[in-house]
Amino acid sequence: MKLITVITFLPLLGAFALFFHGLFWSSRGTPKEKLDEQYRWITLFFTVVTFAASLLILTGFDRSIAAPQLVEKHSWIGALGVQYYVGVDGISLWLVILTTFLMPLSVLASWHVSKRVREFMLFMLVLETGMIGVFVSFDMFLFYLFFEITLIPMYFLIGVWGGERRIYAAIKFFIYTVVGSLLMLIAIIAVYLYNGGNSFDIVEITNNIATGRTVIPGGVKFWLWMAFALAFFIKVPLWPLHTWLPDAHVEAPTAGSIILAGVLLKMGTYGLMRFNLPFFPDISQKAAPWVMAFAVIGIIYGALVAMVQPDMKKLVAYSSVSHLGFVVMGIFAFTETGMQGALYQMLAHGISTGALFMCVGMIYERRHTRLIEDFGGVATPMPQYSTMFLIISLSSLGLPLLNGFIGEFLILIGTFSSTVPYAKMFAVLGATGVILSAVYLLWMLQRVLFGQVTKRENAELEDMDLREKLGLIPLVIMAIIMGVLPMFFLQSSEKSVNSVREAVMGKPEKVAVKILQD
Amino acid sequence: MLKWIILAPLIGAIINGLVGKRLNERLIGLIACASVAVSTALAFIVFFTQLLPLPAEKRVITEHFFTWLSVGNFRADFAYMLDPLSGVYILFITGVGLLIHIYATGYMHGDPGFYRFFTYLNLFMFMMLTLVLADNLLVLFVGWEGVGLCSYLLIGYYIDRKEAGDAAKKAFVTNRVGDFGYMIAMFMVFVTFGSISFVAKDGVPGFLEQAATRPVEAFGVFGIMTGIALLLFVGATGKSAQIPLFVWLPDAMAGPTPVSALIHAATMVTAGVYLTARCSAVVVKSPTAMAVIAVIGAATAIFAATIGLAQNDIKKVLAYSTVSQLGYMFLACGVGAFTAGIFHVMTHAFFKALLFLGSGSVIHGMHEEQDIRKMGGLRKYMPITFATMMAGWLAISGFPLLSGFFSKDEILWQTWATGALPGGWGKALWGVAALTALLTAVYMTRMMVLTFFGKERFGAGHDAHHAAGHDEGHGHHGKPHESPASMWIPLAVLAVLSIVGGLVGIPKALGGSNHFEHFLEPVIARVQTADNGHAVEPAEAAPAAVATAAPAHPAEEVHDTSTELALTGLSVLLGFLGIGIGFGIFNRNPLKKMPTLLENKYYVDEFYDAAVIGPIEHTSRDLLWKVVDVRIIDGFVNGVARLFAGLSDLLRFTQTGYARNYAAVILIGAIIVISYFGYIAAR
Repeated sequence: MKLITVITFLPLLGAFALFFHGLFWSSRGTPKEKLDEQYRWITLFFTVVTFAASLLILTGFDRSIAAPQLVEKHSWIGALGVQYYVGVDGISLWLVILTTFLMPLSVLASWHVSKRVREFMLFMLVLETGMIGVFVSFDMFLFYLFFEITLIPMYFLIGVWGGERRIYAAIKFFIYTVVGSLLMLIAIIAVYLYNGGNSFDIVEITNNIATGRTVIPGGVKFWLWMAFALAFFIKVPLWPLHTWLPDAHVEAPTAGSIILAGVLLKMGTYGLMRFNLPFFPDISQKAAPWVMAFAVIGIIYGALVAMVQPDMKKLVAYSSVSHLGFVVMGIFAFTETGMQGALYQMLAHGISTGALFMCVGMIYERRHTRLIEDFGGVATPMPQYSTMFLIISLSSLGLPLLNGFIGEFLILIGTFSSTVPYAKMFAVLGATGVILSAVYLLWMLQRVLFGQVTKRENAELEDMDLREKLGLIPLVIMAIIMGVLPMFFLQSSEKSVNSVREAVMGKPEKVAVKILQD
Repeated sequence: MLKWIILAPLIGAIINGLVGKRLNERLIGLIACASVAVSTALAFIVFFTQLLPLPAEKRVITEHFFTWLSVGNFRADFAYMLDPLSGVYILFITGVGLLIHIYATGYMHGDPGFYRFFTYLNLFMFMMLTLVLADNLLVLFVGWEGVGLCSYLLIGYYIDRKEAGDAAKKAFVTNRVGDFGYMIAMFMVFVTFGSISFVAKDGVPGFLEQAATRPVEAFGVFGIMTGIALLLFVGATGKSAQIPLFVWLPDAMAGPTPVSALIHAATMVTAGVYLTARCSAVVVKSPTAMAVIAVIGAATAIFAATIGLAQNDIKKVLAYSTVSQLGYMFLACGVGAFTAGIFHVMTHAFFKALLFLGSGSVIHGMHEEQDIRKMGGLRKYMPITFATMMAGWLAISGFPLLSGFFSKDEILWQTWATGALPGGWGKALWGVAALTALLTAVYMTRMMVLTFFGKERFGAGHDAHHAAGHDEGHGHHGKPHESPASMWIPLAVLAVLSIVGGLVGIPKALGGSNHFEHFLEPVIARVQTADNGHAVEPAEAAPAAVATAAPAHPAEEVHDTSTELALTGLSVLLGFLGIGIGFGIFNRNPLKKMPTLLENKYYVDEFYDAAVIGPIEHTSRDLLWKVVDVRIIDGFVNGVARLFAGLSDLLRFTQTGYARNYAAVILIGAIIVISYFGYIAAR
């Protein structure tokens, strides 16, 4: 059993531990409050250990290799050629660490959950295994399995611990994503069959397609691309498939929102890079202007709709639609800058948006409302909180030297220098998102944090306590580190991202200076 | 060494930001001022001992700090470049910055957010120095956005005042509109030249060097250089408050006065001029862009000056004056006189910082009163403030031999004699600029008269205000008072600079040798005329024969001294005339009603609200969200869900639960399958 396997299943082990711990001690009459406290600590323990273990990947990771590393590969269902094949490459490396990093913080953010604590924490841990599994699987079958596993705990987290309209939101979330993943299942089987019906190995299939050993017939290709793409576009979500997101976010508990925005959405963009581009390079190229068009609409539309939301959580949810639009645009630019930027934006968005949801959660816990109009002047009673909230908002709106800028900038310059038709126009349109994100975030801050305290309930709000600081400060620090030292992260992903890019574009990017025609 | 000039204030900001809350005022002030003092000392040392001794054409010092981004072909280093242009900037930024830091320790005394204020102020110094020392467009942009952030934080410094928060947001968002242009320009530079660096990197020459080799685009042609130049200028209009993005600067006066002096007068707002001068190699390739810059500059200058005539808040008068003076600087850039523009940036930094700090001293002495209608006769109470502000007032009005006189006069003359624009344009723009000079003298005189001369108009209201217990700790005599030494000493220093600061650039016509211009010349591109037939028409009146294909520098090849002297005399006359008019009208009738249109600033804010902000908000809420999202997309999704629910209801009838029905279905199915295979086989 190797490191990646350990990291993947440690949270599941934690889930078992929770289960048996509860079974054993509740039968011995331990009071509920005490048990609940123990569940929280056990979960925190397992998530922290998982995070620590995931950092070990960095010590063994070779930046000069594009292929999966720290690989563990066994035959699993021999008759079908299913393998247990896990590892990390430059694309998944930081996504795995992002996941393990966000989990302990989410646990801290849900410390005050008092309803069915054991089940809540159990689902969180199962979810973590599922998410890590998605990013480390290099076997399509395994990938699909993990992809689906994440649905179930999330469904319950929203449906049981959610807000008032939780059932509607949970079902909407479930149906939307299930529709997508069923399409993907069909596509996976089809690709498997075209590849000879003996392997689900993603690396192998990618190579076979690149070398022409496996040929997917023209007529089918588009539909298979579409099946994969729809599954991922829903997950991202790409406009106009996004309407499940605001509902799911608004109803989900804080931890659910953090994970949903921080990690689950990235499974969509990750899938696009892992499947659509290398499996269907020509279709991806042809589709690129269309995909970019939808992405740009998402950037602007998401920002505009975010601007007028009365509910802070919904505002952040729509801002995700906008930010993920950038990611999709960068991926389909097929330039190194664009795709590296897209990957970076995934990480940065995970940090910033996770932190934004945490901030919203903190004042929700105090006031049991998320409506912007119920606040005002919060900076006076809560100065530390307001400082953090401000820094995180600035990182989200892409201020240089904070994490959000790097991704956005690389995506935009990558798109602008892309050879995809109309890419320059899309980059210019997308850049308006830079203006709009400042509008919606600063406007929200202005109404929530600044000015006179208008409501008496807000005058006595307590500033962050130690637990909340422990949850939020690591994110703020990461936002700064990622903004100042981006190469530390980008160097690890360079080779793998370029291999995907070359799978689409065929040859290395022209180094020569391209003179723009007048 | 260069990096320590930049990092020293950052260290100050970090210390004060993290532990300032637990320190006392004196220590906080000491940390803040000391960090800037280190920066200032280093800047002067590097400038005078390292940069100046170099031969004129080789005055560049570079320093690599670390590679920030290197992805694909794109590369941006945190690397710094000191050349004459950035040299001039760091000197006045650190110098004026230090004075304002010292002033602020007095001005902000007793404020509960003292440490926060100095954290932001130090952070600003870091960002501003990053901006001017950056060796590429992206790191310049880091500073560019960074100063915008600090401006945001400092305008909104009084967090419990709504108007401060609104002004802060407006400043940031308006600047972002400009930044949008800057970013697109940067992208175009990258795809055109393969580099965004000002200096050569890895064998790729810097883009300015490459740009210098490209042909001049004919007037009226929108080529790539025109595009880049104009988009950079869009960025500049945001940061430097030009039409149409000037609206944030007057509101920005909601911040503490030292901030207005440092950020919104002396340094940050001139970043746009810096950018234009820095990229002069690109700008001069596009006569179209130059014309746009010149016209916008001149238009902003006169437009803001007229508004300045009718403002009653002392800081608002100065704010519109700043907008107007920035217009002059862009006018200079647009007519190809970049060095004159930079000269004016520097002298303006002196006299405008002085005027703002002086106004802060007045506000302080008047116990937070900003309305000049409620002042009057203050020279008796605040002699030092009055004397120093007088220097600033005369300097901006163009009083002979003071700093503003030289720089403004240089701009006026270069505008008249420009070879960069089609014939006649220079004269017309000169007319606008000269009229603005007159207006400047009028509104500044009005401000001075209302504040310092005439009858005292604060009497009862002031006493009541004071009796209400406002401003504890400012001394308890009911009258205005002079400010403490920490405040008036910087005023005195700036007053001296405002008086003598122009002597570095005495033009030849007046017997000087214009050191300033010669110093900057190597890094500023010369205006070239189009070499493709669309040559610039010769200027008629001034025989500045610049229409030749050879590069020519306006007003240098031909020393038309008599015209220059005549124009100088005229502008001196205009200055005196303005002062005279100001005294004539406002000394007799200080509360003279000004035109409503001007008082309301031409209703520009109202127009933007109605034409831009309102419609966007309305569309977003009532169309995109409530119709597209909720009705159309979700309506469709929920409709599909209902459809399936209906279908399942139908299908439910097939699930009868009787074994014989199922058996029948199986039978039918089997028959179909068998006959299908039978059909295949038979074929």
